[in-house]
Amino acid sequence: MSFNKPLNWIALKTLTTKEVVRFTRIWQQTILPPVITTTLYFIIFGNLIGPRIGKMGGFDYMDFIVPGLILMAVITNSYANVASSFFSAKFQSSIEELLVTPTANITILLGYIAGGVARGIMVGVVVTLVSLFFSKLQIYNLTVLVSIIILTSTLFALGGFTNALFAKKFDDISIVPTFILTPFTYLGGVFYSIKLLPDVWQTVSHLNPVLYMINAFRYGFLGVSDISLWTSYTIIIGFIIALFLINLRLISTGYGLRS
Amino acid sequence: MTSAIRIRDLKKTYSDGFEALKGIDLTVEDGDFFALLGPNGAGKSTTIGILCSLVNKTSGSVNIFDTDIDIDFAKAKSYLGIVPQEVNFSVFEKPWQIVQQQAGYYGLEGSVAAERTELYLRKLGLWEKRDSISRTLSGGQKRRLMIARALIHQPRVLILDEPTAGVDIEIRRTMWDFLKQINEQGTTIVLTTHYLEEAENMCRNIAIIDHGSVVHDSSMRALLRGLKTETYVLDVECEAVALAPELHWRNRDACSIEIDVPKGEALNDTFSRLKQQGIKVTSMRNKSNRLEQLFLGLVDDNTSSSSEITGETDK
Repeated sequence: MSFNKPLNWIALKTLTTKEVVRFTRIWQQTILPPVITTTLYFIIFGNLIGPRIGKMGGFDYMDFIVPGLILMAVITNSYANVASSFFSAKFQSSIEELLVTPTANITILLGYIAGGVARGIMVGVVVTLVSLFFSKLQIYNLTVLVSIIILTSTLFALGGFTNALFAKKFDDISIVPTFILTPFTYLGGVFYSIKLLPDVWQTVSHLNPVLYMINAFRYGFLGVSDISLWTSYTIIIGFIIALFLINLRLISTGYGLRS
Repeated sequence: MTSAIRIRDLKKTYSDGFEALKGIDLTVEDGDFFALLGPNGAGKSTTIGILCSLVNKTSGSVNIFDTDIDIDFAKAKSYLGIVPQEVNFSVFEKPWQIVQQQAGYYGLEGSVAAERTELYLRKLGLWEKRDSISRTLSGGQKRRLMIARALIHQPRVLILDEPTAGVDIEIRRTMWDFLKQINEQGTTIVLTTHYLEEAENMCRNIAIIDHGSVVHDSSMRALLRGLKTETYVLDVECEAVALAPELHWRNRDACSIEIDVPKGEALNDTFSRLKQQGIKVTSMRNKSNRLEQLFLGLVDDNTSSSSEITGETDK
């Protein structure tokens, strides 16, 4: 099978642009809600309850939770973007206009992932700007911050793609976020340090991949983490490679796309 | 002559066990205007789906020009433009976006894509609607938009799956003219349609599929030669018409009749007999769907009828 590089490069640009235009066109549904939700978290957990909790990991509670809340918004939005966009394309059959072209499967996958990453990062940036109203945000390591936000949004965009491939109805793309993504994120150390947990629950928490992302991201802001940074990178990249290969295999066999 | 599409022993069995294609062979020559007919569920859309990679084949081979789809599907797909049966673009996007994005998927640079988008939207009468949300387009406009989208990369083969279903006669005729024009310019066209008149008027060659098998494959002329009678519609003076039964006639309404004339019989004989019976004919035309009689015969009893007609091939 030939791989036409110029063709696929233009196709990738086209698909990525299409995805970015899509979520910015409906910004009231894609950008605004996570900003409002996260602002409420800042107000309730940071301003109202935070001062009563005191320090967490040596930092004001508000400063401690800001990185986790930003990453939570990135995770849910990068996932939701690909899951809903790709499933809608399947549902409306508009995915066919792409499947009938010479665009390679890997280009299709990368295009959708780029759209999810773009939305994740855009929401992350807006939420970060809002958080400046509530905390004195400092950056400890910009490289870690940028790399973790890109890797995390890539991972969850890939997860959204897998979900959309398997989904047969709209309910199927809300099941994973509701029953898996939200519990994993809430129990991934957004609101607390796992060092506060009993030993057994600390061990159980280590099975949660979101814990590694949130701690690495928090390290980028505060310079502290419950987990080794390199362990976090290894786990995130490992999941990305695994999901990327699974998705590529599924799309190549036509799972959920071709009869 | 080069084959644009060459299908050999193509089989498709769906996961529920339904055998949609039972080993079909088809050849569409370069530059042809080819009709693929068959009743609902016959296997036409499955065949088209396999050609454009929306359906995975079970076995058999498909070549688009020099390219086997099992060896280089991307190259094979670059030759094809597809106009599907159902609307399959995002109805929230604008026509120019839909067409221009399609250009991108075929690797056309921005300036070329923009130029061609304008060209085809103008040709298909959609330029004024380029900034409308596609959901608001009429049924005919949506179909024309899909034709513009399919042509954006100037494919060598255009496959149209019932392109005129549900559109009014004026738009249908405009589409016919447009399709004839691009065929004359060298584009091979494969058309599936339920309007047999459309196939008869436009296509040079024809294949009929029924129950997953090709029951007829010849030139349109050869197929129509299989007709034992020709049917004419005669407009007559509006009086009570009662003809002798041996004339094989039917009343259409008070002022027109249909009359079957055996092939080879001179029309003069028929007119003489009409005159003898005092019938004044004011105008006459061919009943346009001659193909319908053959088609129904073939799909009703595809074994016996096909062997009878496939003897004649001047394809």
